[in-house]
Amino acid sequence: MALFGQTFITGILMGGIYAIIAIGMTLIMGVMKIINLAHGALMMVGMYVCVVLFASLGWHPYIGMLVAMPCLFGIGWLLQKYSIERVFKVETILPESQVLLTLALGLGITEIIRLIFTSDYQVTYTPFSAKCFYAGGMSISAAYLVGFILAMVFVAALHIFLTRTDLGRSVIATAQDRDAATYMGVNAGRITNFTFALGTALAAAGGAMLLPIFYTFPDVWHPYLAKAFIITILGGMGSTVGALSGGLLLGVAESFGATYWSPGYRDVVGLIIFLLVLLFLPGGLKKVIGR
Amino acid sequence: MAEIKIMAKKSWFLPAILGIVVVAIPPFLGGYIQHLLILMMMWITMATAWNLLGGYTGCVSFGHCVFFGLGAYGGGLLLLHWGISPWWGMIAGPILAVIIGIPIGLICFRLRGPYFALALLALGEAFRIVFTNWVSVLGGACGVVSSRTWGVEKLPYYYIALAIAALSVYVVYRLMHSKYGYYFVSIREDQDAAEALGIPTTRYKMYALIPSAFFTGLAGAVWMNYIAYIDPEVVFNLSGISIMMILAVMVGGAGTLWGPILGGAIFVLLNEGIRAAVGPISYLIFMVIACLLIMFLPDGIIGDWAKIKRAFRRKKPAYVGGE
Repeated sequence: MALFGQTFITGILMGGIYAIIAIGMTLIMGVMKIINLAHGALMMVGMYVCVVLFASLGWHPYIGMLVAMPCLFGIGWLLQKYSIERVFKVETILPESQVLLTLALGLGITEIIRLIFTSDYQVTYTPFSAKCFYAGGMSISAAYLVGFILAMVFVAALHIFLTRTDLGRSVIATAQDRDAATYMGVNAGRITNFTFALGTALAAAGGAMLLPIFYTFPDVWHPYLAKAFIITILGGMGSTVGALSGGLLLGVAESFGATYWSPGYRDVVGLIIFLLVLLFLPGGLKKVIGR
Repeated sequence: MAEIKIMAKKSWFLPAILGIVVVAIPPFLGGYIQHLLILMMMWITMATAWNLLGGYTGCVSFGHCVFFGLGAYGGGLLLLHWGISPWWGMIAGPILAVIIGIPIGLICFRLRGPYFALALLALGEAFRIVFTNWVSVLGGACGVVSSRTWGVEKLPYYYIALAIAALSVYVVYRLMHSKYGYYFVSIREDQDAAEALGIPTTRYKMYALIPSAFFTGLAGAVWMNYIAYIDPEVVFNLSGISIMMILAVMVGGAGTLWGPILGGAIFVLLNEGIRAAVGPISYLIFMVIACLLIMFLPDGIIGDWAKIKRAFRRKKPAYVGGE
């Protein structure tokens, strides 16, 4: 029973951190209607900003996050404005060229980081990382728990932002119907840039929450990108609540897969869920939850 | 005057010259150039195969490494379990790729556009993880090591790769000049309209997938025999195989016959050439080139040939509605 509880709690805590990365992606996907494969690489850049701050100033990643997010917001804005937006206007045989562009951008960014920091693993080890709480035979890592709480704070703040402020509502309006939003006086192009930047900043926040738990290296993002789009599909495009529930679900499913099947197949669990959702639940949890 | 007539038929003349060159010249070249040519032929095969499904039929696959890896592992597993020469993989590999490809197609063709791409991307990753972890049956992360039949001699491999590349181009050419070709393009242009006109779209997508998987698998089998070593991280690599296949097609021009040929050749030259010149930074340069290409020549060199010519003549295109 303790094993079961441990697996469940670890899954939930991990899922919260996945969710914050995935919410960034789901927002971008909702507004732009493309899959942004540069998302993972931008998360990795956020992690490296934190690593640099940790190494030079000794800032804990949770504080470094406050710097990393604006940095990545800016980078995201520039990327969207000068590169991805251009491709939207171009007529091509294959509409997937935008997806490919984001992927090429992501791989290019990875190589830039590799040139600067080499492929070595970077660790931001703080005494905090090893701290645990014990309850009923289960141990809960402090870094997981704080990461999860921070992630939930971000999700709540984002939800309020999206539903209560003008800017947030414009984002939702653009996601729902771009043309209609334009007629209502929303500057859809600007909102797209803003959404891309916001999503990237959220990814950076997710990366910073992962740092005390894991190490980082330039290719660290591949599994997280996969998880982010699995969650996006699972939760439904553009839905924060869907992404949150999808993230928690994926975290738990992976955790159970790792405990009861094999740690090596942990990532396969997510991919199987992904295929099943694509086939049997198109539209994702958003359809089930009803928002 | 017969010769003049033949020369006038350019569509026939150019391939013939090219054919003579690629058959006759390589024996006189050095080992490194021959190596490049072998890789080039392999990539031309893969790009042509990808182009059939992605460029012509419009099902952009981000997971063709599945077929490449299965093609390579077809021979690899025969060697691993029964000690059979990996040359039998030239038959077993592509067949394995097709056998696995059919259920993949049946499941994934229900999805469209980016969802199809993502589903295959996920499948590619899943295959990589399974092949890495299932040690008892698939060999695990150590991969499969074989030995080369001809040692350091490269020429036989070259002719095999060349034959396969030529065969793949020929098959795609014949397909695209038959009823199937028109069906494929109509599915790409508008799937709903195609369906409304009575084209069974899923079945015709399968007809595009099967040769595509077959030839990608064949390229994988050649790789297995030529490199004599495979492991899951290499043959099921997302950025190394799946994405590069797409980029090679995009460089040349998706949905054209010559696009993948040119793209595959340029890709290998660029990739190897840059690596030889500048070292580890090559991948970054390649990605920058890829980004610029997608941004400015989205239909590739062949597809946007008119655009390139116009740019060199420095003549502004006459827009009717203004820009």
